[in-house]
Amino acid sequence: MNNERPPALETHDLTVTYDKRPVLYGIDVAVPEGSLVGIVGPNGAGKSTLIKAVMGVVPSSGGWVKFFGKPLKENLHRVGYMPQRESVDWDFPVTVMDVALMGTYGGLGLFRRPGKDEKRRASEALEKVAMLPYANRQIGNLSGGQQQRVFLARALAQDSDLYLMDEPFVGVDAATEAAIVTLLKEMRERGKTVLVVHHDLQSASEYFDRLLLLNMRLVAFGKVEDVYTQELLQKTYGGRLTILSEVADQAAKL
Amino acid sequence: MSEVASILDLLVPASGAGKAIMAAVLLGAGCGLLGCFVVLRRVALMGDAVSHAVLPGVVAGLIYSPERNPLLIFLFAATAGLLGVGLVRMMVVSTRLKSDTALGVVLATFFAFGIMWQTRNQQDTVGVMNFMFGNVGSIDASDLRMMLMTTLLLVVTVYILRRPFLVMSFDEGFSRGLGYPVGLLNGVFYFLLTFSVVVALQAVGVVLVSAMLITPEAAAYLLTDRFGKMLALSVIFGVLSGVTGGLVSAGVNGLPTGPVITLAATLVFAVIYLVAPQHGVLAKALRTSKRRMRVRRENMLKAIYQIHESEGFAHEEVSVLMLARKRGQTEEIVKKECRALQGRGLIGMADDGVSIHLSRSGWKRAMELVRNHRLWELYLTNEADYADDHVHEDAERIEHILGPGIVRQLERDLDFPQLDPHGKPIPKPTHLIPGEHLAV
Repeated sequence: MNNERPPALETHDLTVTYDKRPVLYGIDVAVPEGSLVGIVGPNGAGKSTLIKAVMGVVPSSGGWVKFFGKPLKENLHRVGYMPQRESVDWDFPVTVMDVALMGTYGGLGLFRRPGKDEKRRASEALEKVAMLPYANRQIGNLSGGQQQRVFLARALAQDSDLYLMDEPFVGVDAATEAAIVTLLKEMRERGKTVLVVHHDLQSASEYFDRLLLLNMRLVAFGKVEDVYTQELLQKTYGGRLTILSEVADQAAKL
Repeated sequence: MSEVASILDLLVPASGAGKAIMAAVLLGAGCGLLGCFVVLRRVALMGDAVSHAVLPGVVAGLIYSPERNPLLIFLFAATAGLLGVGLVRMMVVSTRLKSDTALGVVLATFFAFGIMWQTRNQQDTVGVMNFMFGNVGSIDASDLRMMLMTTLLLVVTVYILRRPFLVMSFDEGFSRGLGYPVGLLNGVFYFLLTFSVVVALQAVGVVLVSAMLITPEAAAYLLTDRFGKMLALSVIFGVLSGVTGGLVSAGVNGLPTGPVITLAATLVFAVIYLVAPQHGVLAKALRTSKRRMRVRRENMLKAIYQIHESEGFAHEEVSVLMLARKRGQTEEIVKKECRALQGRGLIGMADDGVSIHLSRSGWKRAMELVRNHRLWELYLTNEADYADDHVHEDAERIEHILGPGIVRQLERDLDFPQLDPHGKPIPKPTHLIPGEHLAV
């Protein structure tokens, strides 16, 4: 028997195509439990797509994904997801509390209503991101940073062991950015695994302890000190692999 | 089954007017509930497509069921509607067409086919006009039983599934992450949508039924920021317009029910569009004009302060003439605005109306404004590296909206400055200097 704990997230040959055009090629990665991972790469590298494919939000065309050694379906309750802020309509008639509560719905199935326990979890999550005073506000009346905090609270309310966050630092003020970083580190202290899509290479090396360098395929994954090298960054950001890109275009026309 | 039938019979009123009202209530409630999701998910056109797509089904129902069995008509119509929805889905998935285009194609095709079929079978489809433009009067007891059951099914399903539906409408990706069977829920949603269209069919008619899924809901959306309230309000508005429209069209000869109900809903919407407290246009215009007036008042206060400052605070009063020159306005306008300031206790005016002086609160506000302006200019030049001739315009706008919290932070960040980038002193309203001796 292998008594090593399975990785928090493991993908094998994960491939995603949009309209027949491959955007992610055979991603193999095993993220150990308790790591704080930044997913970095140039625009169009497929960073968000990777997270969405892992979550099953966009269909993958090949490969498999395991969470804590099991397929997503069996371990969904251990996975929290935070989509991009731009993915929703902020004029939607819900309050900050309503959104945070949505994080607890996963454990309720389709029919059960949220009870005291769920409301407590939602309040605690809002408290952690300093948004509890705004609980009864409609979400459209918030600033960009506050909206991002609400999304974060919703993910926290999921009370998971692994979190996937899509660009949580986009459009936030310095105070919110610092608050999110503190929160991420605190989550790591408690043994949580967090994967964060991040657009700024500079801060990525400070915020995370592992980096996943991505450009349509996995360039490197490892501890910051190992992969934050001139050579690997050059490989990630030094333009697309022309042939890969061209073949992808050809494949799309088939 | 017979027990259910007899319970339903108890609920169905005997009189014609009673039937019409009940039909309108059912229609308003069913469409009102589901329409909220239609509006929030931005699939309003889908409702329109479904309503047009059911026409061939209605025609088939009338042809194959000469005794006009409502269940049969319902089934045919619902099948046609769902077939339309399915075709749209198929086109979107299998090509690069977007759903609005696919909807357009399907809607027109089904409708054209329905009309053609109907004209070929005119004697069998005498009642088709009731389904085209709606006629509450044509709804009999068995229709009403059908409507009652369907609406009940719809209301119960929406009530049970309202949370998953809400999360899905707000953030579909996240709802997948929660493990919701999104495909299945979408299927249920379009089933219900088709049902609600078919329920409303005889009352409002094919052409206008989608209005009931959109207009009352749009009104409710403008009126509230809470989802629960939106559901309740759109049901109320739907029922209200259904009943009003039904009664009016029944009372006035030759008025088709569908258009009257639709216009009743529009009337409700128009009123709310105008007077809704938060999102209505009048409220918005009022807020804008209030803000403008405040900015004008504050600019006048500032001008008075600046005149005092240019005179080294030597005089207690400022003449209206000077103020007019400073503001580039006529004396009449300045006098009028000064009277508004006087009404708020910010200034005092001499009896002859030639000169004015700031009151204590006027001094305070004027100093605050000048301070805000100069602090902001300093902040932009020092911290944001603006050139000092680029900052005035921006400060003109910002000075009116800086709150005490930000002012304190600015002062801290700038290390409690004395002078602005142009070398003018930044006033300290807390000390009421240099206006102390001028206080009324």
